[in-house]
Amino acid sequence: MISDLLSATVIIGIISSGIRLTTPYLFASIGEMFGQRSGVLNLGVEGQMLLGSFVAFYVTLKTSNLWLGLLAAMGVGALMGLAMAFVTVNLHATQGISGIGFYLFGMGMSNLLFQKLVGTVEGVRGFQKISVPLLGKIPVIGEIFFNHNALVYLAFLLVPVAWFVLNKTTLGLKIRAVGENPEAADSLGVSVAGIRYLTVIMGGVFSGIAGASLSVALLNVFQQNMTAGQGFIAVALVYFGSWKPFGILGGALLFSMVNALQLWIQVLGIPIPAELAVMMPYILTLLVLTLSVSKGRGPSALTKVFEREG
Amino acid sequence: MKKVFTLVSVLLVVAMFLGACAQTPEAESPATGGETSEPLRIAVVSPSSINDLAFTQSISDALIVLKAEMGDDLEYAFTENMFVVDDAAAAIRDYATKGYDIVIAHGSQYGSSVQEIAPDFPETVFAWGTTVDTFGLPNVHAYEAASDQGGYVNGVMAGMLTKSKIIGVVGPIETGDAKLYVDGFVAGVKSVDPSIDVRVTYIGSFSDVALAAEAATTHIAAGADILTGSAQMVVGAIGKAEEAGLYWFGTQANQNAFAPKTVVASQVYHWEVILREIISLHAAGIMGGHTFSATLQNGGQVITINPEIELSEEIKTKVEEVIAGINDGSIVIPKP
Repeated sequence: MISDLLSATVIIGIISSGIRLTTPYLFASIGEMFGQRSGVLNLGVEGQMLLGSFVAFYVTLKTSNLWLGLLAAMGVGALMGLAMAFVTVNLHATQGISGIGFYLFGMGMSNLLFQKLVGTVEGVRGFQKISVPLLGKIPVIGEIFFNHNALVYLAFLLVPVAWFVLNKTTLGLKIRAVGENPEAADSLGVSVAGIRYLTVIMGGVFSGIAGASLSVALLNVFQQNMTAGQGFIAVALVYFGSWKPFGILGGALLFSMVNALQLWIQVLGIPIPAELAVMMPYILTLLVLTLSVSKGRGPSALTKVFEREG
Repeated sequence: MKKVFTLVSVLLVVAMFLGACAQTPEAESPATGGETSEPLRIAVVSPSSINDLAFTQSISDALIVLKAEMGDDLEYAFTENMFVVDDAAAAIRDYATKGYDIVIAHGSQYGSSVQEIAPDFPETVFAWGTTVDTFGLPNVHAYEAASDQGGYVNGVMAGMLTKSKIIGVVGPIETGDAKLYVDGFVAGVKSVDPSIDVRVTYIGSFSDVALAAEAATTHIAAGADILTGSAQMVVGAIGKAEEAGLYWFGTQANQNAFAPKTVVASQVYHWEVILREIISLHAAGIMGGHTFSATLQNGGQVITINPEIELSEEIKTKVEEVIAGINDGSIVIPKP
């Protein structure tokens, strides 16, 4: 039975499922990473995703314009990011608690709007699969890597771009400085509040896209509470990935592939109880997290309020 | 000053969230006009939302039917999204305090809450589902759906339609109504041809639409040509069946219109059948102690075949035979 897992169909299935499941995590985690690198922990990702997911779905349903739907999700994510930044940067509210507040807001609001504006579960025509010219034709490889919708490619493209911005640009340097030593950054004329506003709003935008990747690209439907905790996994993945884009990519892929693997284990009837199978991705992630030798150190000023002295 | 401002704004934000979460859109305004008799007042507390195309929608639809029948003689209130059991308990107690005649706790997870609250309100009828346990309390009814019956009928159709002889099931958590449906479905398929491979996956969640969709994709990649599943997260799986041009069998609420070329038939719950019995018992002064089951025979569940899908006469006849057989007891659905 176990040997059934080594067939080409299964391996292709696991990798392509894994890539699809990874997509929302990448958007949400990379966005969250920028916020955390500047010192703001946003636990409201799940709420931003839910609202982004609904708005993208609704705008697409009404206008049949996917890009408009995506833009609307980015907008609503940005607004929620703006509110989060205001509450934590200006009002100095505890980041953890405010994040939970925004999560509840996003969940309640998306549900309310869904009932008032849509009323029943409906489908929508979302982003279609694009086969990359030439590459998409390669047997096996093409099927696994080059036959996805636009948002999947965007998510994976985001990883090196985020790495570049964070490590090779002045903006990235400012973000890191604000997250490590805001007093020093401030004394050098970097606006701590400005940078934190920027990263938290950016995080909201990416969370909005993460939600949209579910409702108008991967699933093409909206259902209440459909993110099912993915926003919280996304926050965990930032820690798992040691606040580095490629670390996050690795963590997201590991979690998603094991999730895909456990589905195959159940489908092939390998005698492992379903309850145990669904726990596999969580257990493995925890194991890797505890056993990994190079334990990353988080940004020093993470969750700390910055107040200018004097 | 700043601290106060912070506190106030945080509180305002939180209050807004709670307002958004705990709204009761189905609250009916009291009957007006020259009514002499008091209307019957029913309240429902349910875990997901009234348009989930599954469990909560089924009870909401039942109340809409009753309201249409009874008009001003019925007044009802609905509190949805009570997935947190403590919140549900507060809502149940609140309705009882407000003097509702019948309080329906529509979720098997609400059992201990009902057990605790019911003795405090001997004048209120509590109906709890889906279960068979009334705790021996004089004012508690229990109700359940014999969802294995509809599952069996769906399974028979699926067994006759499959060409690849592989059928995939996307389940939430292996418990309660979902497990009963899945077990009945598997038995139905096997009654047609024991060699058909029915593969069951449980994804460990009632809400993870993405994982349900991947489970469906996995079944399809592994050769399944017919799929079914239970609970509100299956909408993702139905979408994948639709994309692949395969058939789906639905349960809990009517999913036929959601994917008209894909959903062959849905097992639809008609809780109004059971609620009518509870209402007439209440009128006769009987407050509890009964256990009800929504079956094909009493009309508490109905197999609704999608008219958009063309089924052969052979299948249609077989469905009628099987339903008749379940009703007269000549078909006994085996328990796994």
